[in-house]
Amino acid sequence: MSIETVENEIIEEFALFEDNVFDKFGHLIDLGKSLEQMDPSLKTEDRLIKGCQANVWLYSEFKDGKIYFKADADADYAKGLVAMMIRVFTGHAPEEILNAPLEFIKKIGLDNMLSMKRTGGLESMIKQMKLDALAYKMKS
Amino acid sequence: MAISHDKSNEIPLPIPFKIHYFRAKDSLFRIILNFAIVKMIELKDISKLSIEINKIRADFPILSRKVNGKSLIYFDNGATTQKPKSVIDAIDNYYKNQNANIHRGVHTLSQEVTVAYENARATIQKHLNAKHAHEIIFTKGTTDSINIVASSFGKKFISKGDEVLISAMEHHSNILPWQQVCEEKGAILKVIPINENGELIISEYKRLLTDKTKIVAITHISNTLGTINNVEELIALAHVKNIPVLVDGAQAIPHMSVDVQLLSADFYVFSAHKVFGPTGVGILYGKEKWLNELPPYQVGGGTIKTVTFEKTEYADLPLKFEAGTPHIEGGIGLAAAIDYINEIGIKNIAAYEHELLVYATEAILKIEGVKIIGTAKEKASVISFVVEGLHPYDVGVLLDAQGVAVRTGHHCTQPLMNFYSIPGTIRASFAFYNTKEEIDQFILALNKSIQRLR
Ligand SMILES: Cc1ncc(COP(=O)(O)O)c(C=O)c1O
Repeated sequence: MSIETVENEIIEEFALFEDNVFDKFGHLIDLGKSLEQMDPSLKTEDRLIKGCQANVWLYSEFKDGKIYFKADADADYAKGLVAMMIRVFTGHAPEEILNAPLEFIKKIGLDNMLSMKRTGGLESMIKQMKLDALAYKMKS
Repeated sequence: MAISHDKSNEIPLPIPFKIHYFRAKDSLFRIILNFAIVKMIELKDISKLSIEINKIRADFPILSRKVNGKSLIYFDNGATTQKPKSVIDAIDNYYKNQNANIHRGVHTLSQEVTVAYENARATIQKHLNAKHAHEIIFTKGTTDSINIVASSFGKKFISKGDEVLISAMEHHSNILPWQQVCEEKGAILKVIPINENGELIISEYKRLLTDKTKIVAITHISNTLGTINNVEELIALAHVKNIPVLVDGAQAIPHMSVDVQLLSADFYVFSAHKVFGPTGVGILYGKEKWLNELPPYQVGGGTIKTVTFEKTEYADLPLKFEAGTPHIEGGIGLAAAIDYINEIGIKNIAAYEHELLVYATEAILKIEGVKIIGTAKEKASVISFVVEGLHPYDVGVLLDAQGVAVRTGHHCTQPLMNFYSIPGTIRASFAFYNTKEEIDQFILALNKSIQRLR
């Protein structure tokens, strides 16, 4: 599945909740709960993304030209965000990740709430994921 | 609304007697039964307050807006307060009719606005019961005021080995400026500890007041815990040893009456935006003798009497501490805010907010797994809490999705979070425009959020 297809899938899911922000966040939190558990040994200081209020650990591996991410967070909300990003990015080549426009973030109807600092690190999560992609691209 | 025990209504009590209270026709009556004789005294028209509440709410345009499709419930008054129309109008009027630079021009506008600005200063002087208008310095806010005192006082009075005393419940704004001065001067920052309820341990305070202590800087009300410190006592104890005291009144001014002479505070600081006024302006009150002794913090236009390249003679108070063109409409807006709360009456505000606090505390404690952080005997209308097993941020996000604005996080009091070993709290802080109905809505929204997260 291309990144764009996954993005569209996510947009459709969130559209189910129309403009009920509470349910949209509920869905985001459920996405976080479905995230594969991260081995505690991977939660090292250098993999920690410090958001303004929540901590997120992000780990990545490079296999056969594709990147696979794992993550955890101490707040469900941040965990939901990172789970959503993993769903979009994991299993893709560095080039695709670097070029992804990520239009879906605006389209799922949480843009006010996902904007800027409020994200509990959404921006920094994306930045870290893209940095990892860049590093693998240089190596390969 | 608390019942006012107006002495003029009081009839000497016959003995023996029995007192009953009852409500009728929106009034609260106290009946004194003395055998067959019944005396009924009307204590206070309690309907008045709810009528006033509607009127008060209508004064705040923002309270009628929607957030995420829901009516806004604004419980983040500790962070900043909303503005009544009179404040917004004062600022609007300033730009439409008054704008000119102050203390400078000969022309009419400049003269008029200078008078308006100095009247604003007088309003604040009167509100704090300061002895002189020139003891009221306009600043950028609480943080700025504390920086001014820390820097200027530090320059002149703090040297190596001296001590500065603060408390464990200080806002970062009342920690960092002192930490910096101490670092620069080789002085030591000492901290008055608190107990589990979030109250200062007075015996420790007394022990920490030593010959080395040069100044005490302490909050009047904790923004995180709501604790109201007995600053009168704290100041008296410091004064026994001739130690001056700065009081951070950022959270106190909106909730209670403050008389700086009665407290004998050496410095008292607050922000306009937390007391229904504009952002970017605040007050530094200082006793005349201290302000005269301190060197200016910033220099420039307005702070001087005469300038030659060799020497400058500084202006008298308050201009010595007001370099550059000030936040003119801010000062005028703050005075409008002070006038507004005085119209309602700060004592009425305090009594009403206390009722909200008691009501919300009872309701919140009924929810399983909720723990209130900050259970001091004397508390302002602030409830910080944690929910077992849940991150405060998650709860805050889901409350917001339901139109309830609270604050989550460490509230700029990280040392306090360390003391309680928590990452942060959810904080609901009330103002006089909040209502019990809003608290009911908040409790519903909170329950719904907790259920969704568990
Ligand atoms: C107790 C206390 N002190 C200081 C401040 C800082 O105020 P300001 O940001 O307006 O300078 C605050 C604001 O949160 C506060 O609550």
